[in-house]
Amino acid sequence: MTADRPTTLLAELTHRCPLHCPYCSNPLDMIRAQGEITTDDWKRVFTQARGLGVLQLGLSGGEPMIRKDLEELAGHARSLGLYTTLVTSGLGLTRTRAERLRDAGLEHIQVSIQDVDPEIAERIAGVSSVKQKRAAVALVKELGFALSINVVLHRANLDRIGPIIDLAAELGADRIELANTQYYGWALENRASLMPTREQVAQAQATAEEAIRRYKGRMQILFVLPDYFEQYPKPCYGGWGKLYLVVAPDGKVLPCHGATQITTLSFDNVRDRSLEWIWHQSPAFQAFRGDEWMREPCRSCPRKTVDFGGCRCQAFALTGAAENTDPVCTLSPNRDMIDAAVAAPAEMLEYRYRTIAEPQRA
Amino acid sequence: MRPESVPALWKFARLDFDSVRNRPVLLYPEGAVLLNETGKSILELVDGRRTVSEIAGILGERYQADVAADVSEYLSYLAERELIHDG
Repeated sequence: MTADRPTTLLAELTHRCPLHCPYCSNPLDMIRAQGEITTDDWKRVFTQARGLGVLQLGLSGGEPMIRKDLEELAGHARSLGLYTTLVTSGLGLTRTRAERLRDAGLEHIQVSIQDVDPEIAERIAGVSSVKQKRAAVALVKELGFALSINVVLHRANLDRIGPIIDLAAELGADRIELANTQYYGWALENRASLMPTREQVAQAQATAEEAIRRYKGRMQILFVLPDYFEQYPKPCYGGWGKLYLVVAPDGKVLPCHGATQITTLSFDNVRDRSLEWIWHQSPAFQAFRGDEWMREPCRSCPRKTVDFGGCRCQAFALTGAAENTDPVCTLSPNRDMIDAAVAAPAEMLEYRYRTIAEPQRA
Repeated sequence: MRPESVPALWKFARLDFDSVRNRPVLLYPEGAVLLNETGKSILELVDGRRTVSEIAGILGERYQADVAADVSEYLSYLAERELIHDG
């Protein structure tokens, strides 16, 4: 079928990161520095993305500040007219680099915070980071960038969603994204310890709704219910290969950042092919466009144009077939997997922290 | 937006032209709104000083029509999305 034009490119510049958050959205099998594509590769990708219709660029990772060419890449993006967001932990965002990024034309910076409680924040990040993050946030404000605070929510911090929102406002955030943990990769490994209770989710939703009203006109608050607690799955980025694409640190092009876990697909690389070819022609991007690929209960379901069968990555990770209905859907024959996970949170919170594996010695 | 409101664009929103879609576009953190020519001509007059009725007056003269309701409705739609505020 004919593809729409994408609006958003997420450029995962590196998987390297000083933080070890156990819910990281990077894959378990991360790419090392030697495997990363070059500055020229990224500039070509951005140019091709703009040509395809992309308007929004996310410079993400891992920690994108680790890339020494970040300022050059931000400048190139701005010269193409892209609206660029830097997605950072704040670590490595020094005054010199922040000023260079501003001069390069970067417009928006998202800084993650782990919690309002410094001790728990650093327990999650697996590294001392709170002071550096505060300094980075102050710089973002001082230099006039749009500031978003990004918080991943899970069992250990969900009860403090109110103070977290107030902290973001105090820090001068223009937006706060309250992102409930999505269970892929590292987060799926740690699911039992990250999973909140139903009571926590209900309370957090009420708190968020009250805060949205209270901060209206001052700070935008984005809060979406975790899909495990919903009746129907989320319409992942408006459907597969519809509006969104991701380029991984090694140049692989993905319909979403979790897609590499679908091991039955192979993803083309910007080293070998143009972004345009990959978007329009590659088998991976065509695999789940439209609804021809759907099985029951999706195929005959009136909601198929609303949620597109949910998330292919989640269907694959939990049921073993990417064509299956996302098991989050209450119409899925596999919904009991989700209910069982919600019903069985861990008694002790123990995390397997995100690390890049050492290469195997022969 | 009332006639006496003074609309201002969110300081992090940027009016641009998308040469791929051949459409004016409003870009902002994590979002974009594709505009038509009318939307663009309204937004070009939003400067944090003119009132809604002044903007409607300028456009009304340009198009020789009463556009007051359209202008107010369009700005209210953008205000709802917090892209415009009453300065």
